[in-house]
Amino acid sequence: MMAGSAWRSMLSQVVARSRRTSLSSASFSRGIQTVTLIPGDGIGPEISTAVMQIFEAAKAPISWEERNVTAIKGPGGRWMIPPDAKESMDRSKIGLKGPLKTPIAAGHPSMNLLLRKTFDLYANVRPCISIEGYKTPYTDVNLVTIRENTEGEYSGIEHVIVEGVVQSIKLITEDASRRIAEYAFEYARNNQRASVTAVHKANIMRMSDGLFLRKCREVAEGYKDIKFTEMYLDTVCLNMVQDPTQFDVLVMPNLYGDILSDLCAGLIGGLGVTPSGNIGANGVAIFESVHGTAPDIAGLDLANPTALLLSAVMMLRHMGHHDYGNKIQTACFDTIRDKKVLTGDLGGNSKCSEFTAEICRRIQDLD
Amino acid sequence: FMHTRSCGKYDPPPAKYGGRHTVTLIPGDGIGPELLNHVKEVFRFCCVPVDFEVVHVNSAVETEDDINNAITAIRRNGVALKGNIETKHTMAPSVKSRNNLLRTSLDLYANVMHCQSLPGVQTRHKNIDIMIIRENTEGEYSNLEHENVSGVVESLKIITRTNSLRIAEYAFQLAREKGRKRVTAVHKANIMKLGDGLFLQCCREVASDYPDLTFDSMIVDNTTMQLVSKPQQFDVMVMPNLYGNVVSNVCAGLVGGPGLVPGANYGRDYAVFETATRNTGKSIAGKNIANPTAMLLASCMMLDHLKLYDYASMIRNAILSTMNETRLHTADLGGQGTTSEVVQSIMRVIQTTAS
Repeated sequence: MMAGSAWRSMLSQVVARSRRTSLSSASFSRGIQTVTLIPGDGIGPEISTAVMQIFEAAKAPISWEERNVTAIKGPGGRWMIPPDAKESMDRSKIGLKGPLKTPIAAGHPSMNLLLRKTFDLYANVRPCISIEGYKTPYTDVNLVTIRENTEGEYSGIEHVIVEGVVQSIKLITEDASRRIAEYAFEYARNNQRASVTAVHKANIMRMSDGLFLRKCREVAEGYKDIKFTEMYLDTVCLNMVQDPTQFDVLVMPNLYGDILSDLCAGLIGGLGVTPSGNIGANGVAIFESVHGTAPDIAGLDLANPTALLLSAVMMLRHMGHHDYGNKIQTACFDTIRDKKVLTGDLGGNSKCSEFTAEICRRIQDLD
Repeated sequence: FMHTRSCGKYDPPPAKYGGRHTVTLIPGDGIGPELLNHVKEVFRFCCVPVDFEVVHVNSAVETEDDINNAITAIRRNGVALKGNIETKHTMAPSVKSRNNLLRTSLDLYANVMHCQSLPGVQTRHKNIDIMIIRENTEGEYSNLEHENVSGVVESLKIITRTNSLRIAEYAFQLAREKGRKRVTAVHKANIMKLGDGLFLQCCREVASDYPDLTFDSMIVDNTTMQLVSKPQQFDVMVMPNLYGNVVSNVCAGLVGGPGLVPGANYGRDYAVFETATRNTGKSIAGKNIANPTAMLLASCMMLDHLKLYDYASMIRNAILSTMNETRLHTADLGGQGTTSEVVQSIMRVIQTTAS
């Protein structure tokens, strides 16, 4: 029997789905749901294995379908992800991805960019919650950054006007701004968050950020239960490093999102412990760890699977499996708080497999 | 290739009138007017040979007459001290930020901020000493936006070789002058390959002329992550406009907040001093709770610029020793002191030191 809050969350998702295209894809069957797993490169395979083991220990109703997303040249010479990977994602709608190698001189664009374009992953969501037991100068951080991920400063449109003068174009559109604002408020409502803050620089970029801000204000009108505030990017940065507890959900265009989400990750301990999710149109969602492939420790059983695990927990919550998600998260945080079995980057000297086994043991104890 | 050395220290305007300097004062909005009044108070008390020419800029009107008057006054006097002028959102996008107009018209290309941990202030990180040099005229702040198709806005970020070389040259010169060891360029050239790529290339070119200084680069998102975990690793940082905005605010927050750090905007011919984070502080205006430290330290930077070093040191030392008294800390530092109490204390310290 699902817990009360999970039921309410599922109900609000049904209502949301009937109103507009689905922004989250809750599972309504009690059966096993398929998830496309992309292990990635470097330490990717070993941390993916760790996550699969932990999910098995928790008896989570997930069946994994492993796929490789290395770009191939399709008909017409365009780079694309392998068709079996695309087919799997389109069917399962949910993906979990490890770190991908950034190609140099491989001829094709980054895989992350390809995935983003293929599935129109327009929202990048990073919940940043202080991990009890992994001490940083900042305690009690509990905020979520929601970043528009398709346009803005990363449109890739640059020109050399004359020799020595370069112009980069930042694109802000009404549709993309409205879409991300709507997602932010939906997320806030579905996750019982009290306020949404739009981050902008409309005092300088009057038209572009002005448009973004206007759309956020319009969408806010439809969500009177959520408090809406707006704040300049520099003020957010200034306040964030002094008192991060004043922030709840932050929504912003691409570049500011990139900087702020990494800033917040730094507050809680870095990319090795930060989860991340990418939401696409048509109900697709891909959850990923955002750290690198760490080729120097790949294959040595030294990697820390926390980031990928917390992303997988985020995935479970997105699917409506809050109880499994909470169980796994509790086991993970308890292990870190206990400090007896920690991987190298967390300050210990245990192996990845030992860390994983400890979490599995705790999950079984929790049952 | 050739690049001109168009930076470094230049002579401030001479004190023509009876050995007294005339400085343009722009009160601005929010807490600007009250803080600048305190500056005038302290200067009067110390008999500093500076006269202020006050120019008001009304942020509520659409015409640019006020700001043009201010710019003319600064051209005349060469030096200014200013509060932040508010940019109202209710106005049309064609009404540009007055502060930005001032900076670009006077070509104040280098924004310099020195973030140092102050002994009397409690912060999460200790021993921070970072100099931030931010390109102040172009980049994302070029004010070139248009809406060709309804609902699609394009904003242009301009990076030029000339300005990038200029700011890099300024950064390295300053680093050498102040005896610093390392200059880090902050960029996002992996995404903005041409724009930030050009900036980075210019920095590298200038770096080759300064073999005594180490040069490295870091991507802006990694930089912010590093700043909140290990800020002590940074020495001097140079970057384009927007990243400068982000990084300078993060660093100001790390050393104790917007009330503590002064900032300076230098051009070839003019210099304008203000608080580093350029906040209007509307919510605390008129309540006698604003922290006067940043503005007073900015006025000391101005005195140094005018070569009135003794006055600058006297006031600066008084400020720093007052900072050590926790009971005088204003609200932003977690205390309950008022602005006037802090200013009175500073003047008392100056009096006891002078006698």
